[in-house]
Amino acid sequence: MMRRRTTLLTGCTALALALGATACGGDPVSAGGGDKSLDGQTVTVAGVWSGSEQKNFQKVLDAFTEKTGAKTRFVSTGDNVSTVVGSKIEGGNAPDVVMVPQVGVLQQFAKKGWLKPLSGTAQQTITADYAPVWKKYGSVDGTLYGLYFKAAHKSTVWYSPEALTQAGVQPPKTYDELLKAGHTVSDSGLAAFSVAGQDGWTLTDWFENVYLSQAGPEKYDALAAHKLKWTDPTVVKALTTLGKLFKDKQLVAGGQKQALNTDFPGSVEKVFGPEPEAGMVYEGDFVAGVAHDQYGKAIGKDADFFPFPAVDGGNAPVVSGGDAAVVLKDAKNAGAGMKLLEYLATPEAASVWAKAGGFLSPNKKLDLASYGDDVTRATAKSLVGAGDSVRFDMSDQAPAAFGGTKGAGEWKLLQDFLRDPSDPKGTAAKLESAAAKAYQD
Amino acid sequence: MTATTLVKQQAGPRAAGPAPARRGRRRARLAALLFVFPALLLLGALVVYPVLFSVGRSFFDASGTRFVGGDNYAEMFRDPATLKAIRNTTIWVVVAPALLTGLGLILAVLVEKVRWATAFKLLLFMPMAVSFLAAGIIFRLAYDEDPDKGVLNAAVVSVHDAFEGTSTYPTARGRTGLLAQDRDGSYRTTASAGESVTLPMVGVLPGDLPRDAAPARTAAAHKAAPGELRGVVYLDFTPGGGGEQGRIDAKESGLPGMKVEAVREGKTVASATTAADGSFRFSGLASGPYTVKLPESNFAPPYQGVSWLGPALVTPAIIGAYLWIWTGFAMVLIGAGLSTLPRDALEAARMDGANEWQIFRRITVPLLAPVLTVVFVTLVINVMKVFDLVYIIAPGPVQEDATVLATQMWLVSFGGGNDQGLGSALGVLLLLLVIPAMVFNVRRFRSSQR
Repeated sequence: MMRRRTTLLTGCTALALALGATACGGDPVSAGGGDKSLDGQTVTVAGVWSGSEQKNFQKVLDAFTEKTGAKTRFVSTGDNVSTVVGSKIEGGNAPDVVMVPQVGVLQQFAKKGWLKPLSGTAQQTITADYAPVWKKYGSVDGTLYGLYFKAAHKSTVWYSPEALTQAGVQPPKTYDELLKAGHTVSDSGLAAFSVAGQDGWTLTDWFENVYLSQAGPEKYDALAAHKLKWTDPTVVKALTTLGKLFKDKQLVAGGQKQALNTDFPGSVEKVFGPEPEAGMVYEGDFVAGVAHDQYGKAIGKDADFFPFPAVDGGNAPVVSGGDAAVVLKDAKNAGAGMKLLEYLATPEAASVWAKAGGFLSPNKKLDLASYGDDVTRATAKSLVGAGDSVRFDMSDQAPAAFGGTKGAGEWKLLQDFLRDPSDPKGTAAKLESAAAKAYQD
Repeated sequence: MTATTLVKQQAGPRAAGPAPARRGRRRARLAALLFVFPALLLLGALVVYPVLFSVGRSFFDASGTRFVGGDNYAEMFRDPATLKAIRNTTIWVVVAPALLTGLGLILAVLVEKVRWATAFKLLLFMPMAVSFLAAGIIFRLAYDEDPDKGVLNAAVVSVHDAFEGTSTYPTARGRTGLLAQDRDGSYRTTASAGESVTLPMVGVLPGDLPRDAAPARTAAAHKAAPGELRGVVYLDFTPGGGGEQGRIDAKESGLPGMKVEAVREGKTVASATTAADGSFRFSGLASGPYTVKLPESNFAPPYQGVSWLGPALVTPAIIGAYLWIWTGFAMVLIGAGLSTLPRDALEAARMDGANEWQIFRRITVPLLAPVLTVVFVTLVINVMKVFDLVYIIAPGPVQEDATVLATQMWLVSFGGGNDQGLGSALGVLLLLLVIPAMVFNVRRFRSSQR
């Protein structure tokens, strides 16, 4: 999740890194209205958000202030939440609530004993209003610590409606149809897909979607926990399926070589930029942000999405991720922090940010009408509609050495696979040996 | 204060001793120790302790709790990434300092003879003022493979295109199943004289068609006369879909400017270029079957330039960036050495009739040898720890191909590997490799002081 955001805001990252330590957080805010039960208390919230995300989250916090009277303070941690939060805890200055960007970090925090289990009210809300899978990803060893407030949808294929109309194809429903539509688009003169091979994480996302749909959620979970070996036939099969697309010069813009030379923003540019080279680009809901902010595309008109199609008769995959709110044990105001969490669990809080845009909520109770535009509404509908079959990004669940390091592990091996997709079995074997090393089991 | 009293106390009982001279020496030694102490403390805390700690750490596993003996060192030489790092570091050490010293020497000698020497030196020295990070970003862009972004490839491509020219339809390809493709990329079909053929192509954007392109349908209706072979090369794709494959639908355009050849028994007997509606005609052919061929020159993909940051060239490319930064340094240092050379030796040689090359080879270089060695050894040490340039310039997919010991050490310990045991082992290896250069430098320093 965070990595994706980093890539989107390449320009801002340096700033965020430079300023993250010192110049973060807004002034305490207070306002009138509500029952004021928490008057005089201040809740400190830490998270990776900066820029417009921070601004929109502040709106949610302001609404909380209005309701309860508690002041709030948001502290932006920059990229590395665990380091920042860890040092704050050691320094005796722990924030009350942390917005954790990855499930792996949540587990790490829980294992270090930093987290407070959620209150009964929050647990009830989550059980009632969220699909069980969100509860599962918020729990460690059976205890619920995290509330997923903001979610990402990573099973969206973005396309230029103009290109697809020009080629005369409809958004496909199955992977085979996807390849067929791709060939037709390619006949029309545009390459079918632009693949961001220079960023390893986009390739892991490709693989995860194919695998989740083809092998099913159970195998997906087993592989994510490394209970299933990467040499498993299902992995080889998914790689073969993916290789069919990767090795086809007509389907990948500029062929494999150019794909390896394209980063994520570049891949969006190839579809939505001034000189389109491809008709479709696969990545999460944040593609819309880049297409809109950088290339001025009207989302829904000049840029649209279809759900990642089902592979080999499986269900269409929904790969997701999200930011979970947790309360720290060492918090000065844990009680008020928990109240904030209970508030964040309500559709009321979600609707505040949903109106502002750039936000998906996994909350079933949130009225879809709260979303500002049709495309976001459709993504949200697909995410909530997928219910319990939603799975978290596998590489985010893996140790960073395997699933999150530039030039190493899964990123590097899938890049090698994109360079030469002829040997899925060999790639699977290499993935397994890298995974075994990283998981240390 | 306390130290002074200490000195007095110790000196006290011996005050009556027989040898005041020895006492004096002892005192001097103590005073020396006293003065050295703060420096030693700093050195110990900042250099010796971290080195020893790293050596110790390298015998423990990733968590730092379990003693694993030499496992990290064994693992280090088993890991292909580390082996590659060692190989690349070797390339760096062999190539970069030698090149830099040579380049610096040549430039220093040449600059001496230029009128605007200072301005020239200033110019060459300027990259030293640019941080490695900024230089890395600059060269990452300069080396970019896309000719629209990377200045180097833009130059290479424009030079190449000036000589080779470009093809009209780089993206076009024959409709699969209707046209056969040869290994060299050309497309063909067969026909006899007196027949007409259609050659369906796909993969051309409507916007990329030449402006004079006209619908192909009417042209295809013409019958071929005897001894004539007619045909149409057309875009077998109806914008918006709905066309039938292999048939010339109403909206489908001809492809003008396409070269067509008639081939018989391996020999090209006639060639033509298609008209605006994509039609072509060979006349005066003997009867019998021909191969109608669209040679690959029609479809040659645009020249993409050199893959500077590909696996093969990435290390030389980064060394190039390093040269850019450090040439000024080598030149200025060697230039300083050059200006202290005894002029009379050069004058004498000149009087004796030596030419400039002989002077350079037999007098300048030998006299400069001490300076050259200092520059060379300093650069060797410097090159061993190169990190930023490699980390910034190498794109993700080739990072492993470009990695050097310093980047590998960081990656393994902090950049996702989180194995500081293995990282420390790499650090120790790097230390061992730098030590000979250090010893050499210290020795030289000493002998020059004598």
